[in-house]
Amino acid sequence: MVVTVRYFAVLRERRGVETEDIQVDADTTISQLYARLFPPTAAGTMPVLFAVNQCYVDRDHCLSAGDEVAFIPPLGGG
Amino acid sequence: MVGLTTDPIDPRLVEQAVAHPGAGAILTFLGVTRNHFEDRPVTGLHYQAYGEMAQPELQRICEEAAARWAGVRVALLHRVGDVSVGEISVVIAVSAPHRDDAYQASRYTIDQLKQRVPIWKQEHYVDGQAWKANLPPDAVASAPSIKDVDGEYGE
Repeated sequence: MVVTVRYFAVLRERRGVETEDIQVDADTTISQLYARLFPPTAAGTMPVLFAVNQCYVDRDHCLSAGDEVAFIPPLGGG
Repeated sequence: MVGLTTDPIDPRLVEQAVAHPGAGAILTFLGVTRNHFEDRPVTGLHYQAYGEMAQPELQRICEEAAARWAGVRVALLHRVGDVSVGEISVVIAVSAPHRDDAYQASRYTIDQLKQRVPIWKQEHYVDGQAWKANLPPDAVASAPSIKDVDGEYGE
């Protein structure tokens, strides 16, 4: 199945695109997809919040076909 | 009036959105672009937002504040795009029957915004730029209020 991933801030720079469609297996969790797209570096893994269809979800949230997925890097609003 | 804008913000317009005859206080918070980070001169900021998620999240926060403090109304505008030094990045206007509730609701709104709303800030310097993150509100007061995202987890 296919999900659409949106990238922001430092993750957009690392991935080099604003959005892309990604093929994932059924039962893939959002944190599994994050680890696949952004493997840990020597410094570790950037802590992110997870969102599906514009709402925050837990790291164990299972993805569905057509979901809009976003990894929310540390926020800077205000 | 709650949302994001690419245009300079007039705080008076945000205040007018919460003004009403039952209000005994209108409290306005302005976030402005400072000209330095620690000892490094900052030439400007760039704000990026996940607009489709930030807008409803801002709306929810303002509704939570209005529900928690009786008679409170909250209006809020946040800039996106490039913001020059000295310009306003966010305006939060709160009206309340009495001032104490206005102060508490204003503080709640800015704290929640910094923790929950998908907006990112990039500081621009003479010789580069860096994404900067807010720290939790319970972080020790002596610590810098923001940290360098690129520096900590960069490749």
